[in-house]
Amino acid sequence: MNFRKIIPLLAAVVLLLGVIGGCSSKSGGSNGKTVIEIGSQSPLSGGSATLGDAIRLGAELAIDDQQAAFAKKGFTIKLKDLDDQGDPKKGVANAQILASDKNVLALVGHLNSGVAIPSSEVYEKNNLAMVSPATTATVVTDRGLKTVNRICARDDFQGPAGANYAVKTLKAKKIFIIQDKTAYGSGLAEQFRDQAKKLGADIVGYEGITVGEKDFNGVISQAMTKKPDLIYFGGVYAEGGLIIKQARQKGFTGPIMGGDGLDSSSTVQIAGDAVKGVYLTSVAGDVSKTEKGQAFAKKYKEKFGKNVESYSAYGYDAAGVILKGLMNAINDNDGKKPSREQVMKAIRAVQDYDGVTTKVSFDNKGDNKFAKVYIYNFEQAKYPPVQKAEISQ
Amino acid sequence: MLAHILQNLPQVLIDGLTLGVVYAVVAIGYTMVYGILELINFAHGDVFMTGAFMGAVVLFIMMGLGFLSAMPALIVFLIVIVIAAIATGLLGVGIERVAYRPLRRKNAPKLIALITSIGISFVLEDAVRFIAELKTGNYIVTAPSMFNHKFNIDIHHVIPYFNNATFQGSFLVVLIVTIVMLVSLDLFVNKTKWGMAMRAVAQDRDTASLMTINVNRVISVTFFIGSALGGATGVLFMIQYGTIDPYIGFILGIKAFTAAVLGGIGNIRGAMFGGVMLGLLEMFAAANLSIITHGAMGAEYKDVFAFIILILVLIFKPEGLFGKAVVEKV
Repeated sequence: MNFRKIIPLLAAVVLLLGVIGGCSSKSGGSNGKTVIEIGSQSPLSGGSATLGDAIRLGAELAIDDQQAAFAKKGFTIKLKDLDDQGDPKKGVANAQILASDKNVLALVGHLNSGVAIPSSEVYEKNNLAMVSPATTATVVTDRGLKTVNRICARDDFQGPAGANYAVKTLKAKKIFIIQDKTAYGSGLAEQFRDQAKKLGADIVGYEGITVGEKDFNGVISQAMTKKPDLIYFGGVYAEGGLIIKQARQKGFTGPIMGGDGLDSSSTVQIAGDAVKGVYLTSVAGDVSKTEKGQAFAKKYKEKFGKNVESYSAYGYDAAGVILKGLMNAINDNDGKKPSREQVMKAIRAVQDYDGVTTKVSFDNKGDNKFAKVYIYNFEQAKYPPVQKAEISQ
Repeated sequence: MLAHILQNLPQVLIDGLTLGVVYAVVAIGYTMVYGILELINFAHGDVFMTGAFMGAVVLFIMMGLGFLSAMPALIVFLIVIVIAAIATGLLGVGIERVAYRPLRRKNAPKLIALITSIGISFVLEDAVRFIAELKTGNYIVTAPSMFNHKFNIDIHHVIPYFNNATFQGSFLVVLIVTIVMLVSLDLFVNKTKWGMAMRAVAQDRDTASLMTINVNRVISVTFFIGSALGGATGVLFMIQYGTIDPYIGFILGIKAFTAAVLGGIGNIRGAMFGGVMLGLLEMFAAANLSIITHGAMGAEYKDVFAFIILILVLIFKPEGLFGKAVVEKV
């Protein structure tokens, strides 16, 4: 009789068990050494998980590489990786978790500027140093926080660099701009627009789209009537890939340009063949250009079974900078475990760190003096695209 | 200004129609369940999404077995859409069985069922997301492109005010399949015994049960049909846009629900009309809003524009456009 009542209950129980089973906890011994944890926050699930996962794996590889050096001093370094889901609320909640864990002395963090900005307020209160591999919004470091550093370039450098290339090299005269209304997308699009105007290009449209939608035909129809030479998109690949695809379907043959948000293998996956002729500016360099980078890509592939993404090497270098700062702090502290404040100062003081993809010297705001912007072009429908130009500050 | 809008019109109509028919079929799922249970089934948008993913799974399996190259694309597509529709239909029946029927038996307030449907919606989203990202950690699934033959309507030669319009083969597929679905549903509800039973249950559940109609079975059939249509539309969506993720059901579900309200909720033909109208309005706004307002409002306000129209309609006709014209609710 009661069988029918039991079915929903059973369903709920099975679901609950599934959820609990999914959250298996990690544990590992520290064999008598002092544990130091490096946090990592990036989107491991969600629309930009490809990029976020690359950052985490890069950081993991860096820690593995230097484990032996720290073991000699009597320390074990562990990675505490959290998923910020690309969501500011989740980022701040995770920041509290990291801040309350006394073993966490610094973190590699944040792909999205929108997440990094509120989370860094928490880090600042707790003297927890953050080194970001990827947040490009100007306001991230412009607030002058002593804990916030980044090794990539800023939007007020990336956007204009893209505009210079579009107007001077690609000879675009009429440009149609689409942006995704996020802090990142609209910030980048504005920087691009202002510089392009300055160079004398005609901005024939500046339109917004909604993140999460799939149909952008309306905006693209509007763009097509204006007959632009170039379409610029400020946003991330989930929408960017579709805009590229739908614009090509409507017969747009000119170049389409975007920022580092399109710098992912998923752009190619989504857009398919339409991706040919797409240009993008990225703050991440092509690792396959240097010997060091090739060795890194090989090691990465061996360890994780995945190809390097644009931000893999940046995750590696961000963690590398942290570890260098940490080592300096340990040495300054007579081989004892340093405080967060000491680590924070040591990281900011890092000069001429030579990573796999970029050199790092922080200025007094935490920006990297050696950050560069790279221009890429998809000549074939495959990732990575071909590097066309390299622009220094 | 008018010249600009006119030039664009053929293309806007084509794109708007594609989006509109998708809204229309999903709206039917909302309106059928509302008609029969007076329940707004918020999980329906995610049933649509699950259908898209099921279609993707079937498509990938068939690709793995080499069917895609061996068979004409149209037959592969028909197999995919039928399997996905049946699977989502059964999912819909399962949801009704597990989540709504126990509540109904206990005479729980309607609000409880509504909250339950929101819960189901979250469960579906996260379950699909979990499965989709199991392998790669990336839940955006890109389907192999089908029907990408490009058509060009040379309307500019016939009527020089218009620009030429282009569309892909998938547009025709979406349009034809949805029209077939809409017409056969209309025939089913109005001409068959089951349809009559559904209309009877919608009018008065207790009296219908006195007339030897098995009310629970009719409700199951309603959920099956609504969900199967939603799932089939999910497959169409995947074919048309190429990319799906577990959250496509949310925005689209809300808009389809709006379309159902616009047409008069509970009325199937109203939902069809409301969906097509909403799609056209939205596409029109996205293409022309900044031209109309001289750049003061960009394409990002397209939803605002569409919803203002909705509010205006509801002020003057609170029962929706078709709310009174047809008495029956299903």
